[in-house]
Amino acid sequence: MGNGTSIGRVRGLGSAKGGVVHHWLLQRFTAIGNLLTVLFLLVSLVLLPDYSYVTVVEWISRPVPATIMALLVVTTFWHARLGLQVLVEDYVHEHANKFACIAALNLAAFAGAAFGVFSIVRLALGAHA
Amino acid sequence: MANAGTKNRPLSPHLQIWKWGPHMFVSILHRVTGDGMAFAGLGVLLWWLGALAGGPASYATFQWAMTTPIGYIVLVGISWAFFSHMSSGLRHFVMDAGAGYELNTNKTWSIVCPILGVVLTAAFWALLLLR
Repeated sequence: MGNGTSIGRVRGLGSAKGGVVHHWLLQRFTAIGNLLTVLFLLVSLVLLPDYSYVTVVEWISRPVPATIMALLVVTTFWHARLGLQVLVEDYVHEHANKFACIAALNLAAFAGAAFGVFSIVRLALGAHA
Repeated sequence: MANAGTKNRPLSPHLQIWKWGPHMFVSILHRVTGDGMAFAGLGVLLWWLGALAGGPASYATFQWAMTTPIGYIVLVGISWAFFSHMSSGLRHFVMDAGAGYELNTNKTWSIVCPILGVVLTAAFWALLLLR
């Protein structure tokens, strides 16, 4: 925090307490990731002949769909983590509650992404009936 | 400690004092659809992937749940949230570049984005159901 200009005196005093530019850029990078990977998923869903277990597993086990679906899980969970962080910063004002919410958010985001990627890897490596 | 310094500071005026416009609606819609998808969308995504990885029996349970009336409402709702959030998100990209702040332009796209979200949702489900 600087003390020269007006903007310098207030930087880092918002509800996020710094790290704002990094957060802002990552929100945009992951938004582009979401756009590409989710559109791939939607087009794939339209093109699949049916949604039977055999058809869907055959599709998601192939290298390109498996890779893009794993990337989809990472980019959407990352983007959601950043978005929910802003929600917490805007509406949870008490310091300890905010800390607890952000901690829970980080655990849930990493756990969710890990479960999603693990499921895809398991299918891609052929561990299905 | 963090509260002590902020308690006596003046608050900015909130929602109730402003004259409502479409830009406020599209802003709130962006947050609601985004945070809604973070819970419902990612939840269904993990259920789908986990059910596939679990085998035919767990996938059958997922298929049953998603083809009930409530399941369809959830799926249509998630797809609507995605297309709405995508439309207003693309609007954000344009505004990040410093464009689209003229009053009339801003109002036009604030009205177009939510409508585009509904139109794309309808088009997507038409493609799914008519293929």
